[in-house]
Amino acid sequence: MKKLAVLGTILLVSAILFAGCNKKPVEPVAVEKPKAFKVAFVYIGPPGDLGWTYEHDRGRKALNEAFGEKLQTAFIENVPEGPDATRVIRQYAQDGYDMIFTTSFGYMDPTLEVAKEFPNVKFEHCSGYKTNPNMATYFGRIEEARYLSGIIAGKMTKSNKIGFVAAFPIPEVVRGINGFTLGVRSVNPKAQVKVVWTNTWYDPVKEREAAVALLDDGSDIIAQHQDTTEPQKAAKERGKFSIGYDSDMGKFVGDTVLASPIWNWAVYYKDTIGKAMAGTWTSHQYWGGLKDGVVALSDLSPNVPEDVKTLVKAAQDKITGGWSIFSGPIKDQAGKIAVKEGETVPDDKQSTMDWFVAGVVGKVK
Amino acid sequence: MIGLISSILTITLRAGTSLVYATIGEIFTERGGILNLGLEGIMLMGAVTSFAVSYYTHSLPLALLAAVLVGAALSAIHAFLTITMRANQVVSGLSITLFGSGFASFLGQRLGPATNNHRLVGLVGAKFESFRIPVLSDIPIVQSIVSQDILTWGIYLLIPLAWFYLYRTRAGLSLRAVGENPQTADAMGVDVFRLKYAYTISGGMLVALGGAHLSLSYTPGWSENITGGRGWIVIALVIFSMWNPARAIWGALLFGGINAVQFRLQASGTNIPAGFLNMLPYIMTIVVLVLITWWEALSKKVGAPAALGQAYMREDK
Repeated sequence: MKKLAVLGTILLVSAILFAGCNKKPVEPVAVEKPKAFKVAFVYIGPPGDLGWTYEHDRGRKALNEAFGEKLQTAFIENVPEGPDATRVIRQYAQDGYDMIFTTSFGYMDPTLEVAKEFPNVKFEHCSGYKTNPNMATYFGRIEEARYLSGIIAGKMTKSNKIGFVAAFPIPEVVRGINGFTLGVRSVNPKAQVKVVWTNTWYDPVKEREAAVALLDDGSDIIAQHQDTTEPQKAAKERGKFSIGYDSDMGKFVGDTVLASPIWNWAVYYKDTIGKAMAGTWTSHQYWGGLKDGVVALSDLSPNVPEDVKTLVKAAQDKITGGWSIFSGPIKDQAGKIAVKEGETVPDDKQSTMDWFVAGVVGKVK
Repeated sequence: MIGLISSILTITLRAGTSLVYATIGEIFTERGGILNLGLEGIMLMGAVTSFAVSYYTHSLPLALLAAVLVGAALSAIHAFLTITMRANQVVSGLSITLFGSGFASFLGQRLGPATNNHRLVGLVGAKFESFRIPVLSDIPIVQSIVSQDILTWGIYLLIPLAWFYLYRTRAGLSLRAVGENPQTADAMGVDVFRLKYAYTISGGMLVALGGAHLSLSYTPGWSENITGGRGWIVIALVIFSMWNPARAIWGALLFGGINAVQFRLQASGTNIPAGFLNMLPYIMTIVVLVLITWWEALSKKVGAPAALGQAYMREDK
């Protein structure tokens, strides 16, 4: 009986296989559609993080709307930085993708490695500094939007203590904290920004614990540079305000989120992919700010008073008018002048920034 | 100062709760000789299902029930593979973790209202509230212990009960015998297979409760990978507590507590580097593990169940 069953299975399987072989190859469709431009995205987290990856994915979706059938996009989420990333990026290149976006700092070397192997594929790496003739970098000056959110926090704090839950002490985060603090201090020279490092981009539990520690310490507004909304939720549960990041966190947490510095990658993605499709793309290092629209401040919460809104608007106009938030005079934590009156911090110094401005309580190292 | 200690104790107990559930669950599983490395996956599945149920039904008891059932189902797979099929326990456990964490993310993207384009993420469901007990809730320190929700109160009961069950009852003796020497237990008339199944599955239920504590109480809501590797920490905590439920509390408190303390130290503007403080819980776990192993060797006491990780086959000698 058992043998019969085995025989039957073999017959069935071979019948299916041979049936497949006998089929005539499908005739190619006579009307050939123009080949779609294929773009792939490599994500560090899930698009459902409501933060960093969510914003990149929002940019990707906007592309599909903008280019329609001419463009085909794909993405892969939760790719660890390191050898896994190299494998994923190489796979996309081999699969005939025309352009590959890698959206985390740690993808820099993997992207470069694959870029050298596939000179005909275009690569764009977010937040890094290494380039190749077929590999560009792009990033945004989110600290400009953070400066604006700092004005709100500085005006609305009552305890003059503002908590900042921060991921890693790297220049990107340090710039953000400095930008935020400069905004706070521009309207409230007494206020302090207290920094707590979590040493993780994404850990809802740790982010909450850090926020709670800051709230216990007397901070009455919580800002953050993390990838989840947990610090905002912790503040809300204590009846305190917060400043979001990455995406408009007010939508997910409520009006206690006064404002969120947000990314708006669609602006950049449309532009650079348009150039690639037109054949005018060249390697570059893009660093856009408020005036380019790649970073922005979300709509303000109804909890923000009118006079504060006016201040934010004025500062925004000043920045889009070309003023750098890192214009002197700026003091460092020790109270020494770090940037003299009339000077600004040049871009190369900004990209390696490793010191805090006056008003920050915390250490970079 | 009292206020500070009180707030640290509050958050420590809260942070340690899910770890205690999972640690005690895994202690029972391992006491039966089964190593279950699927904790991370089971916790994540417990977290996502209980949150989904609390979101749709607004019923917390149902949410807990869902978590327990999912924990039972996943650990039943592990039990079947390792006890009946006698598969390698490490491989089976790891595949449960891989499956559980992947499937939990998948559920998070499929469940939830279609109007929310990220589905289950970022929604608000029912959550456990802390009790307020008159008088006691106004005394510092004491209030950190009593002003907790029902899940944290649950560990106050679970720890002594689990200890009593394991060391002072006949059923506990049978369980320990199965983990130490299944042949002897079998000869004694203990149904080794039934017990192994029972404790692997009930252990998995407790682990899933640990996951549910995260999404229903500690960090209410679902976010992907909400456990952040806590399932792996639990495996160390089981060794840390030397397979004794009464000691599970210390490991969990240490882990929850050091985090609470180090963030507060940072907030107060300490000179100790943040990177070092972040390392502390992990370093402490390793240090204590080394000390315990050393102490074990000195006192000739062995903590681990002797037959842990070995498949049992009746016909074998």
